[in-house]
Amino acid sequence: MRPFIFTKPATADQALIKKTNQAQFIAGGTNLLDLMKKHIALPEELLDVTNALPAAITANTKGIRIDAMVRNSAIASQAEVLSQFPLLAKAVLAGASPQIRNMASTAGNLLQRTRCPYFYDTTVPCNKRIPGTGCSAMDGDNRMSAIVGYSNQCVAVHPSDMCIALAALEANVLVTGRDKKQHSIPFKDFHRLPGTTPQLDNNLPANAVITAVEIPGNRFQKNFAYVKVRDRDSYAFALISVAAALHMEAGVISEARLASGGVAHKPWRWYKAEQFLKGKKPSAENFRQAASIAVGETKPLANNKFKTVMLQGAIETALQNCLTA
Amino acid sequence: MERKQSFSRRFFLKTTSFAGALALIPPKAKALYTELKQRLIPTKEIMPLTVTINKKAYEVKADSRTTLLDLLRENLHLTGTKKGCDHGQCGACTVHIDGQRVLSCLTLAVMTTGKNVTTIEGLADGDKLHPMQQAFIECDGFQCGYCTPGQIMSAVACVNEGHTRSVAEIKEFMSGNLCRCGAYNGIVESIQKVAI
Ligand SMILES: Cc1cc2nc3c(=O)[nH]c(=O)nc-3n(C[C@H](O)[C@H](O)[C@H](O)COP(=O)(O)OP(=O)(O)OC[C@H]3O[C@@H](n4cnc5c(N)ncnc54)[C@H](O)[C@@H]3O)c2cc1C
Ligand code: SF4
Ligand code: FES
Ligand code: FES
Repeated sequence: MRPFIFTKPATADQALIKKTNQAQFIAGGTNLLDLMKKHIALPEELLDVTNALPAAITANTKGIRIDAMVRNSAIASQAEVLSQFPLLAKAVLAGASPQIRNMASTAGNLLQRTRCPYFYDTTVPCNKRIPGTGCSAMDGDNRMSAIVGYSNQCVAVHPSDMCIALAALEANVLVTGRDKKQHSIPFKDFHRLPGTTPQLDNNLPANAVITAVEIPGNRFQKNFAYVKVRDRDSYAFALISVAAALHMEAGVISEARLASGGVAHKPWRWYKAEQFLKGKKPSAENFRQAASIAVGETKPLANNKFKTVMLQGAIETALQNCLTA
Repeated sequence: MERKQSFSRRFFLKTTSFAGALALIPPKAKALYTELKQRLIPTKEIMPLTVTINKKAYEVKADSRTTLLDLLRENLHLTGTKKGCDHGQCGACTVHIDGQRVLSCLTLAVMTTGKNVTTIEGLADGDKLHPMQQAFIECDGFQCGYCTPGQIMSAVACVNEGHTRSVAEIKEFMSGNLCRCGAYNGIVESIQKVAI
C-alpha cells in the first residue's frame, strides 16, 4: 500500500471540502483497501466518512430512503425493507459473506469496481485500470465477461447484487456535489457502459458524495425473486443473476421488472422482455418467450457462450419463483 | 502450556531471517535503495490510536496503512487471529467489532479507534473455554486448525444473530469462512450444539 494521510471528517460538508482527486472517501473499506493493497487505487489521503454520513433507513409515504452509511446487513434485516422491498433484502443477502455485509456500506456497494481478473492483475494491459493500454479480457479468458452492452475497449461486468435489485426497483441515487448542490440520479443513469471511456464506472460527478438511495413505493411485495448462478453456492460473484418482480391483476401480469447482473458493465434491465410480459398470463410458455427475448439481445464472447443458456434458465426460474415467493 | 525458553520460535525466526537478509545486501546498493525509496515513496504517516481489544485498552502508534489484522499480529503479538488471504476472501481473520463479525484484513486499524474489538484470545473465561471452543473440540470442528480462530469467531456471531434454524441456514451464514481441510461437517455440528 502507498502511504496516505488519514482524516475523519465529522460532517458531510467537511468531507466535501477536503475531497480532491487524490483524497478518497473510505466507508467499509472492503473494496478500496483491497485495491490499495494491489496498488490499483493510490490515494494520497483517505477521508473516513463513517461518522460524517448518516446511517438511517427512513420510510415515508413515497417510499424508503437508505442512507449512504447503512451497512448491507442492516438493509437485509430492516423491517420496512423486508415488508415493502423484500427483493432488495434477497439480493443483498445473495452478496458477499456475513462479515463483508456487516462492513459494506450502501454507497460503497454502488461504487465497487469490477472483478475482471485482468483489472486486478497489474502486470497486464487493462483499459479500465490504465486507459489506452488495451483490454486483456477481449481475446483472453473472458468466461466471466459481459454478453451485452460491451465495447471494443472493455468487456467487464458490474459485480454488485444489491444494485441489480435497485435497478429493478428504479431507485434514485442522491448525491451532493462540491458546490453543495444536491442531485437525484435515476438508477438506470447512475452506472455507465464502457464505450470509449471504460475507466469510468458511473456518472457520479467528480468529487461528489453519495448521501442516500431512495426507492419509490411499489406493488412488488408478493411476486418477486432473486436468482444468482455462480461457481459455488455462496460467497462468490454472479456468473448470471436475475432480479424479477411482477404485479398481477385479475390473473394477468400488469407490471413486470427484470434486471440482471453478470451480463454487462452496469446493472442491466431487460426492457423488451418486461414489455412482452405486460398483459400476459403468468405461464411457463410466456416466461420462456420473455427469457428468449432477453437472450436475443445478447452477443456472447468466445469463452462465455454458456452464459446465454444460463440466462435463459435463470430468467425462467426467477419468473417461476415469483409465483411462489 | 508453559513456555520455558525466553525467546519464542516466532521471534527467533523473524530476527534471524531479517539479519540474514541484511547481510546479503552490499552497502552501496542499500544506500541507493534508501535514497530511491525516499524519492519514490511518500513518507509514512504514523498515527496514535486507542483501541480496546478483549476489554483491554491499548495506546499505540502505527502506520496509517496498518490493518487491524496486522496491528493485532505484528504490533500487539495477538497472533491467534490468522492471515489467510489478506483480501477478504477466506474469513481466517474474522474478529468482532462492537459485537459484529468483520474481517480484520480489510479494516484499517485507525478506523477502530474508540471501538471494542474481540479476538479469539478474548473468548475464553480464564482457563474455561467458551462453549463454542469446547464444541469445536468435541465435534472435530477442525483438522490443521489454521482457519479455526476465524471459524469460531464467525460461529459465535452466527449463533448470536440467530442464523441457526437449519443446516442450510448455518452453511449459508458460515460461507464467509473457508476451511481447506474440509472440516465443515464438524463446524456445522459444533454450531448446532451451541445453538440449542
Ligand atoms: C471476497 C469478496 C466477495 C464479495 N462478494 C460480493 C458479492 O457476491 N456481491 C456483491 O454485491 N458484492 C460483493 N463484494 C463486494 C462488497 O459488497 C463491496 O466491496 C462493498 O459493498 C463496498 O462497500 P464499502 O463500504 O466497503 O466500500 P469502500 O471500499 O469503503 O469504498 C468503495 C468506493 O466507494 C467510495 N465511497 C464510499 N462511500 C462513498 C460515498 N458516500 N460517496 C462517494 N463515494 C463513496 C470509496 O471512495 C471507494 O472508491 C465482495 C467483496 C469481497 C471482498
Ligand atoms: S474487460 Fe475491462 S476491466 Fe477487464 S481487462 Fe478489459 S478493459 Fe480491463
Ligand atoms: S485474511 Fe482476511 S479474509 Fe482472508
Ligand atoms: S482446519 Fe485446516 S483449514 Fe480449516
